[in-house]
Amino acid sequence: MNRLFDAQVVDNVLVNGPFKLLSVRPLSDIFIPEPGRFFMLQTARTNDPLLKRPFSLFRYQEGILKFLYRIRGKGTECLAAVKAGDIIQLLGPLGNAYPSPEGDFLVVSGGIGIASLFMLLEKYKQRANLFCGARNCDELLMLDAAKALAKDVCITTDDGTACRKGLITEPFKDFIESSPFVKNPLPIYSCGPIPMLRELAGIVAGRGLACYVSLEEVMACGVGACLGCVTKTTAGYKRVCKEGPVFRIEDIVWG
Amino acid sequence: MGINSSGGVTPPVQKRDPLAKLQVEIAGLKLKNPVMTASGTFGYGEEYSEFVDLNRLGAIVVKGLSITPKQGNPVPRIVETPSGMLNAIGLQNIGVAAFIKDKLPFLRQFDTPVIANFFGDSVEEFIRAAEELSNVEGVHGLEMNISCPNKQSGWCIFGTDPRTMSEVVTAVRKRTSLPLIVKLSPNVTDIAAMAKVAEDVGADAVSLINTLTGMVIDIRRRRPVLANRIGGLSGPAVKPVAVRMVWETCKAVKIPVIGLGGIMNASDALEFLIVGARAVAVGTANFVTPLATTEIIDGLGKFLDEEGISDINEIIGSLNAD
Repeated sequence: MNRLFDAQVVDNVLVNGPFKLLSVRPLSDIFIPEPGRFFMLQTARTNDPLLKRPFSLFRYQEGILKFLYRIRGKGTECLAAVKAGDIIQLLGPLGNAYPSPEGDFLVVSGGIGIASLFMLLEKYKQRANLFCGARNCDELLMLDAAKALAKDVCITTDDGTACRKGLITEPFKDFIESSPFVKNPLPIYSCGPIPMLRELAGIVAGRGLACYVSLEEVMACGVGACLGCVTKTTAGYKRVCKEGPVFRIEDIVWG
Repeated sequence: MGINSSGGVTPPVQKRDPLAKLQVEIAGLKLKNPVMTASGTFGYGEEYSEFVDLNRLGAIVVKGLSITPKQGNPVPRIVETPSGMLNAIGLQNIGVAAFIKDKLPFLRQFDTPVIANFFGDSVEEFIRAAEELSNVEGVHGLEMNISCPNKQSGWCIFGTDPRTMSEVVTAVRKRTSLPLIVKLSPNVTDIAAMAKVAEDVGADAVSLINTLTGMVIDIRRRRPVLANRIGGLSGPAVKPVAVRMVWETCKAVKIPVIGLGGIMNASDALEFLIVGARAVAVGTANFVTPLATTEIIDGLGKFLDEEGISDINEIIGSLNAD
């Protein structure tokens, strides 16, 4: 088994707006990926774009790796152009995984963050309270599938085009301050934009909760060599690709 | 010849090693092939050992070391550019002592020369790092990174001023008997002249090019993309510049030249060898695919076979430029 492998594209379909779902079948045996790990994906055969791009694994079903991504630069534009039958090179699974929850747990997802969290919902079915926020109704991705896997769901959009208007951290804060949760606290798993994670860090601070966040950073190698993807922690810079992408929220120094 | 498990002596293998055709020598170091790793792109070897048989490499040049650990720069530290990347890692490293204690034991398992890249903020720090790295088993050569600022004399870059460079290389040369490679900055008017200075004060070899300084702007925010504002450009985009500089340097000095800058495949490596580089280093390509080094080694062997050449040294400096 090798973490560097070729895979054949099964399909690469439009989800919504700038979001696509890429499915690839590895051409050799791979290490079984746990929720939270990521892969580096080759996006072109030329030198431009040059580097592989990191993506959280969205799903792993019947030997097929699925990546949910937003088209937002040259790399993802090239990735969006790959077609069924194409062969691309992958590196992974990389990084650490979310620690396994023992019982029920909370998931706080912002926007494309669901791409990293979905496997948790799928692996531990009907055990999560899902708090899912997005800018608008078009960016609430894979919501029906996520809803079916979660025990309970709370949804917000920044502009109010779906469900409650506002930030997802607002109902989340109400929930963890409610007496049932205070009596029976649960671990929290989160992925989303930095402002959401920073807000979350403030909300959970001092409550003694286990809260894990998955971070995103620009990467060159994905294997801990280039030191490009560091994040500031209470113990100095740590590599998102190696010591992360999952960190304890209290360890992160939010800039 | 070796001792087998029953204590007897095994007979020497008579068959000629098919890989012998790739052997080169740099400053007394015998390399199995001319392919080394470029400092900062291969960690301390361990990071890539899952993908690459480190025994196959010509040499391993480790991430730059300083006498005290360095935290490095804030993020963003890297940004991709057309056929290249700009980095401003800020020389983050664990320090010489931690390297010797935690990383070197792993590297000692391999039959591949380890070259410790090192730097300092002052001549004194260069000397201390060189001394500590020279007194341990498992470090076979030193590579000085002089593309860093001399904080004692107004932050000028050691490697862009001939006098400062001469001073620091002279000082280090006195304190080490290991093969000493000076890694040259391309951010100078005449890199061959800088190589000559290094040669004159006792360098055993020079390696070039380090990254070219560059800048990328976020046009919406009107800000530099990198937190450090400027960074070093590497990758295929810099290769023609690197080949030209290596060619000029090879004509100017007698000491071996190690060529690097944007080498992605065996053809790229051959360009450097043809203009006179005795060895090459692979950098950014490791990030693109972890197998870059071994694919290049295989490609060099294949090229020699295709050309009917039995010794890679016949390729080195074979340029017809008249």
